Amino acid sequence: MSETLLEVKDLEVSYGVIRALKGISFKVERGEIVSLIGANGAGKTTTLHTVTGLLHPSAGSVMYKGKDLTKVPAHKIVSMGLVHVPEGRRIFQGLSVYENLLMGAYSQKDKALVAENMKLVFSLFPRLEERKKQMAGTLSGGEQQMLAMGRALLSNPEMVVLDEPSMGLSPLLVSEVFEIVKTFRENGKTVLLVEQNAKKAMSISDRVYVLETGSIITEGRASELINDESIKKAYLGE
Amino acid sequence: MEFLTTLVNGLSLGGIYAMIALGYTMVYGIAKMLNFAHGDIIMVGGYMILLFLPINPIVAIIAAMIFCMILGIVVEKLAYKPLRGASPLAVLITAIGVSYLLQSIAQMAFGSAPKFITVAAKLGIDGKMLHIGGLSIGYSTIITLVCSIVVMIALSLFVKYTKTGRAMVAVSEDKGAAQLMGINVNSIIMITFAIGSVLAALASVFFLLKAPTMNPTFGSLPGIKAFTAAVIGGIGSIPGAMLGGILLGIVECFAQAVPAISPYTDAIEFSILIILLLVKPAGLLGKKRREKV
Repeated sequence: MSETLLEVKDLEVSYGVIRALKGISFKVERGEIVSLIGANGAGKTTTLHTVTGLLHPSAGSVMYKGKDLTKVPAHKIVSMGLVHVPEGRRIFQGLSVYENLLMGAYSQKDKALVAENMKLVFSLFPRLEERKKQMAGTLSGGEQQMLAMGRALLSNPEMVVLDEPSMGLSPLLVSEVFEIVKTFRENGKTVLLVEQNAKKAMSISDRVYVLETGSIITEGRASELINDESIKKAYLGE
Repeated sequence: MEFLTTLVNGLSLGGIYAMIALGYTMVYGIAKMLNFAHGDIIMVGGYMILLFLPINPIVAIIAAMIFCMILGIVVEKLAYKPLRGASPLAVLITAIGVSYLLQSIAQMAFGSAPKFITVAAKLGIDGKMLHIGGLSIGYSTIITLVCSIVVMIALSLFVKYTKTGRAMVAVSEDKGAAQLMGINVNSIIMITFAIGSVLAALASVFFLLKAPTMNPTFGSLPGIKAFTAAVIGGIGSIPGAMLGGILLGIVECFAQAVPAISPYTDAIEFSILIILLLVKPAGLLGKKRREKV
């Protein structure tokens, strides 16, 4: 039997009077790649921010390994093995590539583990090793995305939450980014992915939830939904 | 020769301004607020030295640094932390309120008449001059200069090479992303206030070495000048605060050395700020940041 790593239940989030999430529920099993897809403003980023503690819900729960994350401050969540790669990458421009990676390992006390993860990141992203002394702000968009993902891996996560990793990248780099997300699973990580590029996201996911104006309207296996006529029309542009 | 003497005095005064400006700029960079009570920490440091000076001057200096550090942390916890996320104006008004509160407490405790705090005499360096060639410089000027250089180098190394220092850079750039890395933003803000307040206490020592008097509103003018220095250098930038402070110190000493313009020293300093902001709104070393909408 598979083990549920993350379970979100009846999650509601409001910005003032606007209800951004109207009670959504979903779960992620260990070892899965799960995607949340949907249009701009559907509530995808809000969902991720609430999962990793940057936003506080007005109702509902986020259970991760049996603990309710809505009661845990954001900075403590990463050491529980859940890491968030934010939208727009948000790397630290004034720090070098290497220092950015070290920030990823901020709450990791085991130095041997940090060194091991550093090796893993440099093997996944050889370009980061070449540019390790360079200021992160001088990297290209694609390299910054690699850095944001590498930085997340340095926290030694069990689960990685990725927000729009393909945003603003050239088609070639988009494919590369999705290939890397697949390697996350090969390295034993569970992945929750938010993407506007629904087609690509579905092609690497096990299961998909479709979000529309704060509610989940469809869910199912990616292999089935990718052939669903209404999904095709609304999200895959076919 | 007079030129060199003035330059050394300017560098020394600039070192003091730089130390205070560092407090402004670090707090601004990390907590995104202007701590207008920062200058008054200098004043509190002065009175702490007054209290402990009879014991021993070194003990008094250390006591002032510790007391100011605690005071900085307490002010942040009680006055600013509850306003995290509030409008910048509310925080600004609170800071001004804290400034008046500290001044009033000092006035109640020590009276409004100036107190003489003779640190230099107790350290045995009062009026002593060092003669190099034809150059005569006061011991206290040299001590100030050397100490401020050491402090600035130490702080730069701390920010660049320690985990906490890098976390400070991370928080100043992006609080949310820093939290996602596992950085406790509140404790980084607390550390920043602690460091800034210790530097203010040190600045107090150096002001007392220059002129041994202290009164409850003493901190206002150096506070505003150091703030000016921080803005000239580019608020939020650590090297900027150092550069701005030193520039301002040099300008002040040279302006005072010329009898015709010496009455206008303060006006000249603040005019430099106005002109610079017209030409370079982000300050000398400040970065123009694009705000994400």
